[in-house]
Amino acid sequence: MKKKIAMYWGAGCGGCDVSLLGIHEKLLDVLEKADIVFWPCATDFKYEDLEKMEDGEIDIAFYNGAIRTEENEKIAKLLRKKSKILVAYGSCATEGCVIGLANLYDRDEIFNAVYLDNETTPNEKKIIPQGMEKEGIELPEFLPSLKTLEQVVKVDAAIPGCPPPSPVLEEALNALLEGRTEFGKEVALCDECPRKDTKPDKIEIERFYRWHEKEDDGSCFLAQGMICMGPATRAGCGGECTSAGIPCTGCMGPVPKVENQGIAMLSAIASIIEDMDEEKERAVMESIKDMVGTFYKFSTAKLLPYGRFKDES
Amino acid sequence: MAKRIGIFVCHCGINIAGVVDVERVAKEMASYPGVAFSTTYQYMCSEPGQNLIRQKIEEENLDAVVIAACSPSMHEETFRNVCGEYFNPHMCEMANIREQCSWVHDSEEATEKAFKVLKATVEKLRGNEDLEPIFVPVEKRCLVIGGGIAGIQAALDIADAGHEVILVEKEPSIGGRMAQLSETFPTLDCSQCILTPKMVAVARHPNIKLMAYSEVIDISGYVGNFNVKILKKPRYVDEDKCTVCGDCEDVCPAIVPNEFDMSKKARKAIYIPFPQAVPSTYTIDREACLGLAPLACAQCKEACEADAINYDMQPEIVEEKVGAIIVATGYDLYDKERLVEYGYGEDDDIITSLEFERMLSASGPTGGKIIKPSTGEEPKKVVFIQCAGSRDRKHMPYCSSICCMYTAKHAMLYKHAVHDGEAYIFYIDIRATGKDYEEFIARVMEEERINYIRGKVAKIYREGDKIVVWGVDTLTGKKVEIKADMVVLAMAVIGREETRDIAKLLKVAVGEGNFLKESHPKLKPVEALSRGIYFAGCAQGPKDIPATVAQASAAASKVLAMFSRDKLEKDPMVAVVDEEHCSGCGICISVCPYGAMQRQPNGKAKCIEALCEGCGTCAAACPSNNIEMKNYSDSQIKRMVEVVI
Amino acid sequence: MSFEPKIVAFLCNWCAYAGADMAGTSRLKYPGNMIAIRVMCSGRVDPEFILEAFEKGADGVFIGGCHPGDCHYVSGNYRTRRRVEMMKRLLEEMGINPRRLRLEWVSATEGQKFARVVKEFVEEIRQLGPSPIKKEEAI
Repeated sequence: MKKKIAMYWGAGCGGCDVSLLGIHEKLLDVLEKADIVFWPCATDFKYEDLEKMEDGEIDIAFYNGAIRTEENEKIAKLLRKKSKILVAYGSCATEGCVIGLANLYDRDEIFNAVYLDNETTPNEKKIIPQGMEKEGIELPEFLPSLKTLEQVVKVDAAIPGCPPPSPVLEEALNALLEGRTEFGKEVALCDECPRKDTKPDKIEIERFYRWHEKEDDGSCFLAQGMICMGPATRAGCGGECTSAGIPCTGCMGPVPKVENQGIAMLSAIASIIEDMDEEKERAVMESIKDMVGTFYKFSTAKLLPYGRFKDES
Repeated sequence: MAKRIGIFVCHCGINIAGVVDVERVAKEMASYPGVAFSTTYQYMCSEPGQNLIRQKIEEENLDAVVIAACSPSMHEETFRNVCGEYFNPHMCEMANIREQCSWVHDSEEATEKAFKVLKATVEKLRGNEDLEPIFVPVEKRCLVIGGGIAGIQAALDIADAGHEVILVEKEPSIGGRMAQLSETFPTLDCSQCILTPKMVAVARHPNIKLMAYSEVIDISGYVGNFNVKILKKPRYVDEDKCTVCGDCEDVCPAIVPNEFDMSKKARKAIYIPFPQAVPSTYTIDREACLGLAPLACAQCKEACEADAINYDMQPEIVEEKVGAIIVATGYDLYDKERLVEYGYGEDDDIITSLEFERMLSASGPTGGKIIKPSTGEEPKKVVFIQCAGSRDRKHMPYCSSICCMYTAKHAMLYKHAVHDGEAYIFYIDIRATGKDYEEFIARVMEEERINYIRGKVAKIYREGDKIVVWGVDTLTGKKVEIKADMVVLAMAVIGREETRDIAKLLKVAVGEGNFLKESHPKLKPVEALSRGIYFAGCAQGPKDIPATVAQASAAASKVLAMFSRDKLEKDPMVAVVDEEHCSGCGICISVCPYGAMQRQPNGKAKCIEALCEGCGTCAAACPSNNIEMKNYSDSQIKRMVEVVI
Repeated sequence: MSFEPKIVAFLCNWCAYAGADMAGTSRLKYPGNMIAIRVMCSGRVDPEFILEAFEKGADGVFIGGCHPGDCHYVSGNYRTRRRVEMMKRLLEEMGINPRRLRLEWVSATEGQKFARVVKEFVEEIRQLGPSPIKKEEAI
C-alpha cells in the first residue's frame, strides 16, 4: 500500500520545499511509493483537511521551518497528532537555523528593529502587527523565542542541512519509506571534503582570517586560518561549499555522537591556536567577533531555547 | 554486568571521623545504586584495615571498591595493591574526604560534601574498565645523529654498555666543532689532543657502526621501534682501501676553500678535512671535482696506488631499526652578515670567534700564528666583542653561555703570542659559572693585563689601516674609541639549521635559535616530548664541553635504562580513537604534545599507546567526540558532574 | 533560606588538586560549596563539560591548572586558557555572566592560594545569585 505523506512549511525561507523538488526525477520514485496528502506550498490543501484526518493517518509528515509563531506551533502539534512519523526537515526544524540567531534578542528588540527603527520601512503610525484581527482572520502571535520542532513536539527523525542536500535527502526518503528513522553519515565533513589531502601534519593558527580577507590557496581552510566548521559538522553534502571555495559554516549540524556542535568546534578551534603569549593570544581570539554567530550559526535555538539570558548583574 | 561495589569509609582516627559523620555516610551510601556493601573502620590503611577490605571482598563477593579516606596521592597505590589481589586494580578508586573535606570544612558541611564526593567516585568507578599495563617491545639499538663530542660521548657510553649504536655524521669526519678548537678553557688542554682518542675509540668500537658522510632522511615508528633511513653519500673513495698517503691530493688541480678552517685556507677537491679525521680517508667533493662528470680529469685515480678511487660510487640508502634516538646535531654561529653594525662581510680584519679559533690552532690556516688577515702582519691591538648577536633583542635574546669564557681564553692566548699587544674586551656581564671558571677569568684579568670594558659597541668602521671601534664604558660613563688592528666577534651560538629538518622528521619541537625543546626544562632536560628521543649538546641549547659531555652521558644513561628491559611498561590510561567515526580532521594530531596521535594512510587518526601520556587534551579538542580516555571518559566525567551538583 | 551556590571544580592532578590537598594539610578553612573532580590535566576539560555543568544546575564552574610553563603535560594548560577565554566570550554572548566561570593556576604548594580563591569565588557567585541556565526538562 502506498504511504501517505505530508510536508509543511513553518518559519523558514522556503528553500526546503524547493529542495524536495531538487531531487528531480527521483521524486517520481517517491510518488510511486507515496501519496501526498498535505503540502500547502505545492498543493491545495487546507488546515481543515488536516484536522479532519484520523489521528495517525499520515504515515510520514515532514515539517520544515522553525516554530516562531502561534500558527507554526499549532500546526506542529496537529501534524504530530495526525502522523505516525514526524520528521524535522532541514536545519530550521532540526536546529533553528540562521533565523534562530534571533534568540539573541527578545521580541521587543526584534519588533523595534523590524517595524520601528528600520529606515526603509515607512511606518508612520508605528504599527506593530500583533494581535490583529480582521474579518475573522487573526494574525498569529509571534512567540517570545524561536523553537526547533523538537522543543515543541516529539520528533521521530531529522533530515539535516540548509536545505538538505540532494544525496542526504534521497537517502533519508528511501530510509523513511522503508520504515527506518535512522540514516545519514556518522562522520564529520572532513572525511569527504575535497581538500582533505591538503591538511598539514599539524594545524596551527597564528591568526584568524575572515573569508574575504585572504586569497584561498585551495588547501584546508583551517590550515589557512579560516574558520571552517567541517570538523564538527556531519558529512553528507560532499563538501558542496568547500569545493566551491567557501568554508563550511555547519548547516548539517553535529555528528550523531555530539550533542552540541558549537562548543565542540569552539574547543577544537581554541586548541589549535599557535603557541603565543597571553596578550597576543587574546587578540587573536578577539578577532572572532561573534562567537554565537560563528559556532552556532545554525543551532542558536538549541543553545538558547528561551532566548538570551539576562545575567548581567 | 553491574558491579558489586563496596564502600570503605576511613575514620583516620579523628581526622575524618571527628568532623564527618562517617557512620551516617556509610549507612546511607549502602543504599546508593550499585553499592553492595558499606562500612567504616578506624584506619583503613593499617594492616587490620587492609585485612578488613580483603575479608569483605571475599565475603560480600565485591568486584569494585571505593575507599573514602585521604587523598589518592597518599594511598591509592596501597589500596589498589590490596584490591589487585582479587580483581583488576583499576576497580579501586579513592574518595578524598580528608584533605579536601574534613580538614577544611565544618562538620555539617563536611558530611554533605563527603556524600557528594563519594557518589561521584562511585559513578566514576561504575564506568571504569579493567586495564592492563601496556607493554612495548624494545629494539636495543640506538641511533645517534651527529658526530661531535656530544654524539661521540653518547655513542661510546651506550656501546660500552654492550648495545649497538649507529652514529651518523653528515661531514666526512666526526669530531664536530670541538675538533676545530685550539685550546679549551679553563685548563687550556689542546682540544684535538683530548678529542682524537675518543674519535679513534669510536672508529674501533665493535658496537659502533659509524656512518660518516651520511644523513638521516626519514624516521618513522615510535619509542622502542623506530625505522630509520640513512643516505650514505658517495665519497668516491673506498674507505677501506685508502691509506691516506696524500698522493691524490698532491695532483688534484681543483682548489676550493676548506670549511673546516672556516674557509680561511684552501683545500683540494679530493681532501681530508683535517689530518686526524675519522674515518681516516679521503673524500672527493662532488661539486669541486673536475673529473666526476663529465670525466675530464682523472689525475687522482691515476696517482692512487691503492686503487681506492671509484668515480662510479652511487648514493646508498641504508635502513636501520632502532629503539632510541639521540639527537646531537650541534651548533652554528649566528649569520655574521646580519650584524651590520659590526660591519662583517666588508672587512677582512673583523673576524668571528671560530675563525680566530682556527687561527690559534697549530694545524690551522696560519699554523697557529696570529695575523691581521688583510696584511699578514702581527696585530698589535685587538678588540674582542662579546655578545655579538646574543642578549640582543634585535638578534638572539638569549645568552650563548660560552662566549665569556672563550673570549677570555682568546685574549689570553693572544697576549701569550703577541707580548707587546693590547687586548680589549667589550662585555655586558661576565658569566663564569662553571667550576674553576671564575678563577680563570680573574687570572686573565689580573695577570694578562687585558682591558675589560663594560659596555656595548655601537659601531665599527675602517679608517685607513685601522678599524675604529666606538663604544661606551658604562662603568665610567665615558665614550670609548679604540683604533684596532683586528676585531674578533664572539658570535651568538645557534642550533644548526639542519636540526630543524631532523626535528621535523622526529616530530619534536624546535624553539628560538633552532634549539630542540626538551620535555621539561628542569626535570627532563635531555628528553624529547616524544618518548625514546633524547638530546645531547648544543642542539638543545648553548653549552660548553663539560656540560655537553655530561648531557651526552645523561642521554646515554636514559637510553641504557630503557635498554635494560626487554619491554617497556606504561600506564594504560591512554586515549582511544573511534576510528570508524573519525573524519580525519587532524585536530587531535595538532594538539597532542607527544606526537602520539598519528595520521594513518587512510587519513584517520590513531593513538600510539606507547607514546600517549594520558593527558586527555585530544579528547577535549575532538569535535566529533571520537576520542575517549580510558577510565576518564566523557560519560564518566559528565555523570560525576551531575551527581556533585 | 539563603542562597548556597553550587560549584563544580575541575582540578588537574599534578598542581591544582595537589594544591587543594595542601590547603587541607595546612587546615585552611574554606566554604564547602565547591566539589572537585580530579582530572589528569586541565587540558582534559572539554568546554562541553562546562556548559553541561551549568545546564545541570551549577552556579559556577572552577578550573584549576598548573601555572603557565609548569604543565605536567607541557601545553595542556595553555589550551585550557584558550578554551576558557573563548567559553567566557560565548557565555557573555549568551547573556550569562562570564564570572561564573573561573580559571586559576594553583601549584602543588599553593594551599593558601587555593583556599583564598575558593573563598573569593564562592562569595562572588553568592553575589551573582543563582544561575539562570539550568535547562528545563525536555518535552
